[in-house]
Amino acid sequence: MATKGERILEVRDLVKHFPLTQGILFKKQIGAIKAVDGVSFDLNRGETLGIVGESGCGKSTLAKVLMALERPTSGSVTINGRDIAKAKGPELKRMRRNIQMVMQDPYTSLNPRMTVGDIIGEPFDIHTEVAPKGDRRRKVQELLEVVGLNPDHINRYPHQFSGGQRQRIGIARGLALQPEIIVCDEPVSALDVSIQAQVINLLERLQNEFDLAYIFIAHDLSVVRHISDRVAVMYLGKVVELGKDTEIYDKPAHPYTQALLSAVPVPDPEGREQRERIILQGDPPSPANPPSGCRFRTRCWKAQEICAEEEPLLQIRQGTAHESACHFAETHDVVHVG
Amino acid sequence: MSNDPQVGPVQTVTAPTPPGKLKKEAKPASLWGDAFYDLRRRPMFIVSCVLIAILLVMSFWPSLFTSINPFDAKTCELATARQGPSAGHIFGRDSLGCDVYARTIFGARNSIVIGVSTTIITAIVGGLLGLLAGARGGAVDTVTSRVTEVFFAIPWILGALLISATFRDANLGIWIVVIALAVLAWPMTFRIMRAAVITARSQDFVVAARALGASQSRVMFGHLLPNAVAPVIVIATINLGGFISAEAALSFLGVGVQSPDISWGLMIADARNRFLEAPLPLVFPAVFLSITVLAFIMLGDAVRDALDPKLR
Repeated sequence: MATKGERILEVRDLVKHFPLTQGILFKKQIGAIKAVDGVSFDLNRGETLGIVGESGCGKSTLAKVLMALERPTSGSVTINGRDIAKAKGPELKRMRRNIQMVMQDPYTSLNPRMTVGDIIGEPFDIHTEVAPKGDRRRKVQELLEVVGLNPDHINRYPHQFSGGQRQRIGIARGLALQPEIIVCDEPVSALDVSIQAQVINLLERLQNEFDLAYIFIAHDLSVVRHISDRVAVMYLGKVVELGKDTEIYDKPAHPYTQALLSAVPVPDPEGREQRERIILQGDPPSPANPPSGCRFRTRCWKAQEICAEEEPLLQIRQGTAHESACHFAETHDVVHVG
Repeated sequence: MSNDPQVGPVQTVTAPTPPGKLKKEAKPASLWGDAFYDLRRRPMFIVSCVLIAILLVMSFWPSLFTSINPFDAKTCELATARQGPSAGHIFGRDSLGCDVYARTIFGARNSIVIGVSTTIITAIVGGLLGLLAGARGGAVDTVTSRVTEVFFAIPWILGALLISATFRDANLGIWIVVIALAVLAWPMTFRIMRAAVITARSQDFVVAARALGASQSRVMFGHLLPNAVAPVIVIATINLGGFISAEAALSFLGVGVQSPDISWGLMIADARNRFLEAPLPLVFPAVFLSITVLAFIMLGDAVRDALDPKLR
């Protein structure tokens, strides 16, 4: 086993454009939805990288590309030195053992016509070399126990479980192949708050137990803060700010991050009085036709001419300790708590 | 990781099981095994199976049910045409003075063989092609869908006449009818299967299976088929009755089963001209036809329900 903190995932300049076509017989490309447009980050063993952003900013597409469910338009996703985006056939299948997924909706992510034993055992049926046939049932029961479910329930069907329990089944399926990386695509947003806490705590316990690295995608900022070591903020297909959780939450440098944070509900009435609300005008522009230069400039109160002409790169800027993509980056504590 | 006070302490949903208790409930369950276990407890399934068994025995060994051989012209007496039920002829006699009961029993074979084989062929061909088109999408889907549209454009009675007339010399007997009906009927099963597969395909569990590295055939037969098969079972069993009556229409037009051969469809077609004077020669084969269709619909319903764990 390699040491903790070793880099296991490298994403470089990842781009995913979905072509927009016109015509039925002779399809002509008239444009592209730029769902993910030049995203780079690293992930270390045992670390959690949170990815936040509003709906439609490309979070889920990023997850699909990382899982090799979609081929990227360009760029690379390197896991332990090999590019999964270019892998094919048996090599891709072998690499999938290293990166698994927990999906958003526990009601549709489990096949309603399979028993829990078959659902969690499916990874072993696909990757027959992982567990000998006679051993699989015992392994499935172990996994059920690991995620806090009763191993005797192996013959039950998904509809006999609650949402939180179903999500545990999804997590057990993701764990079966003992991956190093788990991509969690909004794993708790379909659950109610008390169950969210249970699932988040389970994820944290499993991380410590198996030294897992998580890519944790969510739009709930407090959940991301709770679980993440580092956080990336996405806007319209690009990462606008990337840093440690404390840096992002206490010293946000990008105006978009500041606006996002100012929208987080504060449970303490006194804190609520103190904090400032930044209300953004308008809607996010279409990813088919993003603004020139900085993509946030159409809604930014700091925007000047340079923002339309020159695209701000994601880099460490003056007065901040972490990377941000804004010409006028400046730390500003919006939350004033914690 | 920072500690957010909003998120509570570790909780487990169920109490941890003591080691050594794992052995209980050890028999692995599977969808088909559970479905069969469940089916054996359904009265509807048992009733439909008994009915179907009786009908099958009737079609292959009709002489077990009647001592009269309707193919023997001596058993018919024109003088007694359209006579009501009597001691030796409980269903009465038809317009040629033949025994309706014996004819109904002997007619079962043609009708059931045509109905059941056409149903099986259309379900398998249409179902598999629909599964393939729905699962693959793209060019495979476009080509197969356009081909089915060609079949949809053919009026079935003309198409069936054409096919039957073309293969008339091949001496295929009733199989000509089966082929003609199957060729024209599979596109409907195809469409239903394709639509059901497309609905299932976009669900997350299919994405999850692909993320695990599942092969195309595992996704198709392990995930898509069990989730898409229910409407096909329903439509196939309903169509079964339609095929039996379609055979009658073809017989009436002079292809398919012809006198002196017997089928329920032929009997119904013969009897309907004199229905007001003598309804029984029509009623009895029609009742048998309805019972057959009902038995298969009940079977299909029971199987469909058993395959859905939520309905158990």
